[in-house]
Amino acid sequence: MKELRYEQIQETIYTETLDNGLEVFLLSKPEMAKTYGVFTTNYGSIDQTFTPLGGDEHVKVPEGIAHFLEHKMFEKEDRDVFQDFTKKGASANAFTSFTKTAYLFTATSQVDDNVKTLLDFVQDPYFSKESVDKEKGIIGQEIRMYDDQPDWQAFFGTIQSMYHEHPVKVDIAGTIDSINQITKDDLYSCYETFYHPSNMILFVAGNFDVQAMMDLIRSNQQAKEFPPIPEIDRSYPEEPAHVAVREDSIEMPVTRAKSLVGLKEKVTHLSGKELLQSELLSSMILDYYFSKSGAFYEELYERDLIDDSFHFETELDRQFGFTILGGDTRQPDELARRVKEMLHQLKEEKIGKEDFERMKRKKIGQFVRSLNSMEFIANQFSHYHVLGVDLFEVLPEIEKLTVADAEQFLEHWVKDDQISVFQVLPQKEQVS
Amino acid sequence: MELSNEKVYQKQGYRLHILPSKKYKTINVVAKFKAPIKRQSITERALLPQVLQKATNQHPNIRSLQSAFEDLYGMALSSDGTKKGESHVISFRMEVVNEAFLKDNAPILDQALQLFNEVLFSPKAENGAFDEKIVEREKQTLEQKIRSIKDDKMNYANMRLIDHMCEGEPYSLHVHGYLDDLATITPQTLHTYYQKFIEQDLLDVYVIGDFDEAEIEQSVDEYFTRPTSDNEDVPAQSTSSPVESVNEVTEREELNQGKLHIGFRTFTHFGDEDYYALQIFNGLFGGFPSSKLFENVREKHSLAYYAASRFESHKGLLLVFSGIDPNDYEQAKTIILEQLQAMKEGRFTEEEVAETREQVINQLLETMDSAQGLIEILYHKILSHGDMTLDDLMKGIKNVTHDQVVKVADKIELDTIYFLTSNEQGGEEA
Repeated sequence: MKELRYEQIQETIYTETLDNGLEVFLLSKPEMAKTYGVFTTNYGSIDQTFTPLGGDEHVKVPEGIAHFLEHKMFEKEDRDVFQDFTKKGASANAFTSFTKTAYLFTATSQVDDNVKTLLDFVQDPYFSKESVDKEKGIIGQEIRMYDDQPDWQAFFGTIQSMYHEHPVKVDIAGTIDSINQITKDDLYSCYETFYHPSNMILFVAGNFDVQAMMDLIRSNQQAKEFPPIPEIDRSYPEEPAHVAVREDSIEMPVTRAKSLVGLKEKVTHLSGKELLQSELLSSMILDYYFSKSGAFYEELYERDLIDDSFHFETELDRQFGFTILGGDTRQPDELARRVKEMLHQLKEEKIGKEDFERMKRKKIGQFVRSLNSMEFIANQFSHYHVLGVDLFEVLPEIEKLTVADAEQFLEHWVKDDQISVFQVLPQKEQVS
Repeated sequence: MELSNEKVYQKQGYRLHILPSKKYKTINVVAKFKAPIKRQSITERALLPQVLQKATNQHPNIRSLQSAFEDLYGMALSSDGTKKGESHVISFRMEVVNEAFLKDNAPILDQALQLFNEVLFSPKAENGAFDEKIVEREKQTLEQKIRSIKDDKMNYANMRLIDHMCEGEPYSLHVHGYLDDLATITPQTLHTYYQKFIEQDLLDVYVIGDFDEAEIEQSVDEYFTRPTSDNEDVPAQSTSSPVESVNEVTEREELNQGKLHIGFRTFTHFGDEDYYALQIFNGLFGGFPSSKLFENVREKHSLAYYAASRFESHKGLLLVFSGIDPNDYEQAKTIILEQLQAMKEGRFTEEEVAETREQVINQLLETMDSAQGLIEILYHKILSHGDMTLDDLMKGIKNVTHDQVVKVADKIELDTIYFLTSNEQGGEEA
């Protein structure tokens, strides 16, 4: 077991890679009542085409299958796993993202039993035709719920306008049609390919004895057999650098239009450090110009082009990356036009040294604040680890950034053919 | 284990609650202003916090105020307004990084408290009026918020359920206010209301984090100065009269998923002897994935992705939510009501009661691990005028019996069945 000490934030991480390849990270927080455990596989909605374990050619599985599999892991032949946690005073949940599927619990007692339950249920799949069919009704309603959420439709619509081929454009839950094609054999095939311990991370944070916890996890894993597997062969389509559609829109029953601008990132398979630096710089730069203290925000606000719903976010991964800015507006076209201009203008703007120091202070503050949440630490640490980034090195990385780094980043960031606009427009009056 | 080291001090015009804790890397300060819910002030109370957060006399526009926050390592400030029983509570929440985690140990806490004080007690105003431009702009924003409640179908259905169920009761008033009233608000009238608010609301200030208690008390004392102590308090609980007849309402909108939201009266409030039993009741009925609603509506019949219940313990309401196919209305309604009947008849085991006690305790302990969560739990005491400690709460829950859950279930009465469905299909014909 290795000990990693981070002085400035006063945290220690204990880590070990087990014989079967599982990477374990423990963070002791004795002052907390609860323990949070999250068991993550490096497998998400974009992993649609791959060579199944034991197979010799690529297969393409139905959209939404990683999320469907996440739902089905909780059901066993004789019981529902939620009950196993319930009996031990814990609560459990799971989520699926573009690149990850994560199973988690929180508990304030019987932590050892709950960690075992977490490991055991994720490593013991049971799928039957009946239970797969039953789940289609439940997930169908989950999809319907999202169909009625204009903000979600705007977000995914923007991603779809940016991407030609890449499966990041597919809604994580899939569609009613695609989930109806899912079979129990598909689920087993995905499970066997992606749920091997060597493709997974376990992070436990909270109130427990570190040595005893590591022993428990090690012996739990040693009692199970996982034959070694070859490296997973995943395939992603060629994705052009430019956006798929420059402008697109849908109509929904909303009182005010939503107008979002998407900026597609060039994917250059960055190293962990480079990826982190890009992520930090893009969020700090957007914040500087487009948060409430920013010059661009002020102009958009003064011209009544935006309201409190205005927001921006960046998502960067090895496979894809994008930034989305926008919100509700009276003038969807004018907002989009001006935001696009502003993005182009960034290259010419000069950031003063003092302002840059303030940007760094704000970012440091945000980061330290987020460390109050064990869920944030565990989830983000796992996410970054796969990308080759150490979450607890973020603080020194921010401190190191200079104005020159920002200028260099801006030099290559915004290209016209990498920008798209997506709008959700109010329905036209219907004649009844 | 000690659940909290809350110390309460009566200060000039407010109560100060100091909560030393080593759990956090930040200091959180929450100021809670409480007044009765009234139609004549609810719109002003929705607008006011937004205006206050935009500019102060020292930082006279959004950019300069926001830049001041950023200088303090991104001090965070937010506000919200909620209904609790017969009370309306405006909370201002401030969070700032604990200096111990900064490289230069920059002394930012005092400056943050000073800024927070400016926002609350020294907003930008002249000659008895707020800044006209800011007020106009925030009025527009609020107007849009009111108009767009419908865009979020789940929230909209919640609001409509309460509209129908609590018609004529203060609790049915909308937290975002009303368009008619909004139109009449001016920078002068809003400022007049602000002065009343500052003088008359009951104010509680919570400070939580890793600090020296004496120092923090002194700092808050220095920066929090309130002109008055003449505060108006609100009766602790509402009284509900027995339900005369069940109200069944179907409304139609353009949507894919129907929202079936059902309201019940519990006749049980925070601080009552059977409050603990209500907690366990809710856990068994619809509070957890192991509950009857989740098991039957979702797992057994695949009718919904979510089917859950929660209770409002100051008003005495139990609310059920589920999102279903418009055509499944009758079936889902029947199954939900059957689950309540099963609870009333005691169709759950001793073992399930024991497990639910553990789950509720787990949930409370988890909530107390978060600074905001702990403050919310402690504030129930203020709302209920009670003296229940966190230890009482835990002990009360640990002692709930099967019999007590049946008794509390038996008091619950169905009031309103509300269904928001699509224009084309589902639900009762009007």
